[in-house]
Amino acid sequence: MARVTAKAAATGNAREFDLAVVKLRELNRFLHQDAVKEGVSRVRVVNPDGAHSIACGLNAGFDVEIDGHVGYYLAGMNKLARVTVNGNAGPGVAENMMSGQVHVRGFASTAAGASAHGGCLIIDGDASLRCGIALKGGDIVVGGSVGSFSAFMAQAGRIVICGDAGDALGDSLYEAIIYVRGNVRSLGADARFEPMSEADLAAVAELLQKAGCSYEPKEFRRIASAKSLYHWNADANQEY
Amino acid sequence: MCGIVGLLVKNPQLRDRLGELMVPMLIGMTDRGPDSAGLAVFSEPVENPAHKLSLYVPPPAGVSADESSYDWSALLAELRAGVAYDHHLSSTAGHAVLTTIAEPTVVVAWLREHAPRVHVLSVGRSIDLYKDIGSPAAIAQRYSFRTLRGTHLVAHTRMATESAVTPAHAHPFTAGHDFCLVHNGSLSNPHLVRRKLEPLGIRFDTDNDTEAACRFFEWRMREGDDLVGAVQRGFEELDGFYTFLMGTDQQLLIVRDAFSCKPAVVAETDDYVAIASEFRSLAHLPGIRHASVFEPKPQQVYSWRV
Repeated sequence: MARVTAKAAATGNAREFDLAVVKLRELNRFLHQDAVKEGVSRVRVVNPDGAHSIACGLNAGFDVEIDGHVGYYLAGMNKLARVTVNGNAGPGVAENMMSGQVHVRGFASTAAGASAHGGCLIIDGDASLRCGIALKGGDIVVGGSVGSFSAFMAQAGRIVICGDAGDALGDSLYEAIIYVRGNVRSLGADARFEPMSEADLAAVAELLQKAGCSYEPKEFRRIASAKSLYHWNADANQEY
Repeated sequence: MCGIVGLLVKNPQLRDRLGELMVPMLIGMTDRGPDSAGLAVFSEPVENPAHKLSLYVPPPAGVSADESSYDWSALLAELRAGVAYDHHLSSTAGHAVLTTIAEPTVVVAWLREHAPRVHVLSVGRSIDLYKDIGSPAAIAQRYSFRTLRGTHLVAHTRMATESAVTPAHAHPFTAGHDFCLVHNGSLSNPHLVRRKLEPLGIRFDTDNDTEAACRFFEWRMREGDDLVGAVQRGFEELDGFYTFLMGTDQQLLIVRDAFSCKPAVVAETDDYVAIASEFRSLAHLPGIRHASVFEPKPQQVYSWRV
């Protein structure tokens, strides 16, 4: 513990953790327990070196900034905190986020923002396959493109894609809405393009502003569920 | 789950440090593959008509791999008497590299008959192959991976899910000459592939799914495909999840299946191309902060030449 204290440099209400020296568990314990007690509002993490589960399960409104690339499940289950990665994120970034904001300045691997209930995930670069899978109410803004099967079975929330999308975008979509600026290689089952309303343009403008993107909302197209899979069609040919 | 590791040095000055740079990459993938590990390293080819064979003798029951020994010099003497060519052998514990100017098929047949405990791990002019059970760190230590030199290598840490934990089931798998493959994932139709290949006279060493993929690609290359063409044909015929990393004497190649459930990260600088399942195995490499880092896209074939 003495080592942790020595290497977790403290400046006022800010702390710095060097993961080349301090164990990840010490960082996460600090973020879960001591940060709030000590009134810390900013935590900087250096040398993350692809570690898993950095800043997972946070439950307070402070800022965490990470310099470097992170591994699986960064900021999973995040509540209230604002987590920024100056690098790339591994699979499952901000998985099951409840609120707050997670910002990846590089690219994100598979299943970014999976099943997020709230909050906003911003990815400046590309997101890999299955971005926003099973989204449950969170917002995702991807500055680049997304891989195949993104927004699969997404139930609520909004996804803004500034680049292109791969195959089967929005497959088996429920009530989540996708806005895409570039090309869509293919739509998934039951997903369809719909006209942009004033409310859609306002939503895209709000999310783009939050993400610091300067595109015009009218460049985006809306994709939503046709809802034809909502009910069992007993008259359909049931041969599989 | 398994871990894959690949490293190709572009800067010739780094060839002497290939093993030293790789060992932390391999150990970094221990969580993904704690039960076995292996690697194939490619270096300057032996001169035609010589070939190299990597050989392995598993320890007898009840003996640990580190305490295991095998009388390699007796084997060499018998081989010299049985197959009248010049042969050389260098060994580390249960592993040896045999250099011979005899036809490799003759040597392999002789070994099968006269030294059935000896497994032939690889055949070629550039490849040396090591694989064993145990933790990646212990295996790296056992075979002095840190001292390996060469142009490129392919390595693997295994967490067995579909077949037994034995040295023979560890990766890399090889087929033909100077070709090897490691795999993170699981194939769902390896038996179908096997039933297609066996009637063509292709012999399998294990019941492992990855071996089916390895022998499939090698068969396609003998049928005239180049490696990229063979891999593309694999999209049609190999069903399942995979990140495949392959090495030949001339190239390093990676491909992920259409669903890309199995991860891979590539970091490229002017000096090297480094590949691992996760970035944490690349973080120690020199110049990594300025490397171009990316994830291979599904069904795109990425290859680098020596």
